[in-house]
Amino acid sequence: MKKLIDAVDDVVVDALQGMALAHPDALTLDLEHRVLLRAEPKEQGRVALISGGGSGHEPLHGGFVGRGMLDAACAGEVFTSPVPDQMAAAIAAVDRGAGVLQIVKNYTGDVMNFEMAAELAAAESGTEVRSVITDDDVAVEDSTFTAGRRGVGGTVLVEKIAGAAAEEGRDLDEVTAIATRVNERARSMGVALTSVTVPANGKPSFELGEDEIEVGIGIHGEPGRHRSTLVPAKDVARRLLDPILAELPGEGPVLLFVNGMGGTPLLELYILAKDAHEILAEAGVGISRQLVGNYITSLDMAGASITLLRLDEELTALWDAPVSTPALRRGL
Amino acid sequence: MTTTALTTTELEDWLRRAAALLTDHAAELTELDAAIGDADHGSNMSRGFRAVVEALDAGDFADPAALLKKTGMTLVSTVGGASGPLYGTLFLRLAGATGGAASLDAAALGEALAAGVQGVADRGKAAPGEKTMLDAWTPALEAFRGAGDDLAAAVAAGAAAAAQGRDDTAPMTATKGRASYLGERSVGHVDPGAASTVLLWQALADAVSGEAGR
Repeated sequence: MKKLIDAVDDVVVDALQGMALAHPDALTLDLEHRVLLRAEPKEQGRVALISGGGSGHEPLHGGFVGRGMLDAACAGEVFTSPVPDQMAAAIAAVDRGAGVLQIVKNYTGDVMNFEMAAELAAAESGTEVRSVITDDDVAVEDSTFTAGRRGVGGTVLVEKIAGAAAEEGRDLDEVTAIATRVNERARSMGVALTSVTVPANGKPSFELGEDEIEVGIGIHGEPGRHRSTLVPAKDVARRLLDPILAELPGEGPVLLFVNGMGGTPLLELYILAKDAHEILAEAGVGISRQLVGNYITSLDMAGASITLLRLDEELTALWDAPVSTPALRRGL
Repeated sequence: MTTTALTTTELEDWLRRAAALLTDHAAELTELDAAIGDADHGSNMSRGFRAVVEALDAGDFADPAALLKKTGMTLVSTVGGASGPLYGTLFLRLAGATGGAASLDAAALGEALAAGVQGVADRGKAAPGEKTMLDAWTPALEAFRGAGDDLAAAVAAGAAAAAQGRDDTAPMTATKGRASYLGERSVGHVDPGAASTVLLWQALADAVSGEAGR
């Protein structure tokens, strides 16, 4: 393992402190609870949005705290859900009297911990807390035989679009409905070119041969749909986009989100973007909005994911709304 | 000396023994988890129960309910992952079911355990046969309640059934939790949550029988 670390046990708190120090205008850190908060809290009477999850997916979620997106993000240990105390602290800090929406990626631990947090908040302070669970990963069959689809790239889009709706002053019902709609209209799939090394384990989480790729990988290195030998980027793009297009609901233009897993250069992500453009053009799918970069990562894994979101007028307007966070900034 | 009912003293003894067992077996639990999960069950459980021991050292508990509630809240706050809410809910429900009783005999413990196991099923939206800790808890509870009024005999029966339940998870296909993403590739591996459940039962049996050493 070759990593820039001071102490293996402190990677999460050290990184959180670094983020707060690097973005003093945007972020405040509650170190005790490992919660990143907006430096300048939202005004009273607005719905607040919190999210969180295991660390190792940066900039998700802390990098999306700021005007137009999240109000707080709770950081768990690497690839481990945060605990309800953290969410309870975040909820108490961001509640502006209009309720709190939790955006939760569909992993068993995350879902249970956020659920307990919502129960605690309701029992202790009476704050109304709703949750939207993201599950956009088409690599997993959504059936009674699994814990359901995993929440991946679509989560970033939910946080942006629902965050814009909350900033506009929409109520908890409306913000929840918009977050739900974005999740329902988003589909994703990822590919790994290398394994991932969790600092505490010190060795790769799984074996992947020098010339092998894992198609349908999860963001914690969970297994995908199949393994194959390395193929050109355009074939990879096709293997990601075919299952996505097969399950993408609705009609009309899409938002194309090409995301890096952390260990793949932007140069390659742009090659994948070009290939995706060509494939979508052949399929007759128009692209009206785009995002390319490392937004939901998996530590040092090389690889990428593609997310398509079927836009409509309202979602497009909310996507275009100003946002000012450490990792996504536009119009502010 | 054999115990016939659990007061806060015996419950504390149980939890301290559980912490020791979980720490001794942490590497083994993590190895089981590495095969079908995310390789942190041993470290998460031993961290959580170490925190429980610290809470026991610091606290003074009026009755079993107070002690079990503190245990549940501590596990929820320190274990993380799915195991934190599951074991946390188990102990919180145990606490709720004991009311203000000063001690728990076999019948009272049976009722409390039934509430706890139901709590695990509710929290995990799971049922037996899905390759989870419920596959150890459910047969253990049945054996415990079927063994009659002798606490030591009932706990021993529960512990034996938990161990059998754990072994029976090996041929199952996981349909809940992170292992479910593996589908059939999960077959042949023992569920780590079922394995940690057995350690809790073993610690309870040791505490009740007064087995020497911790």
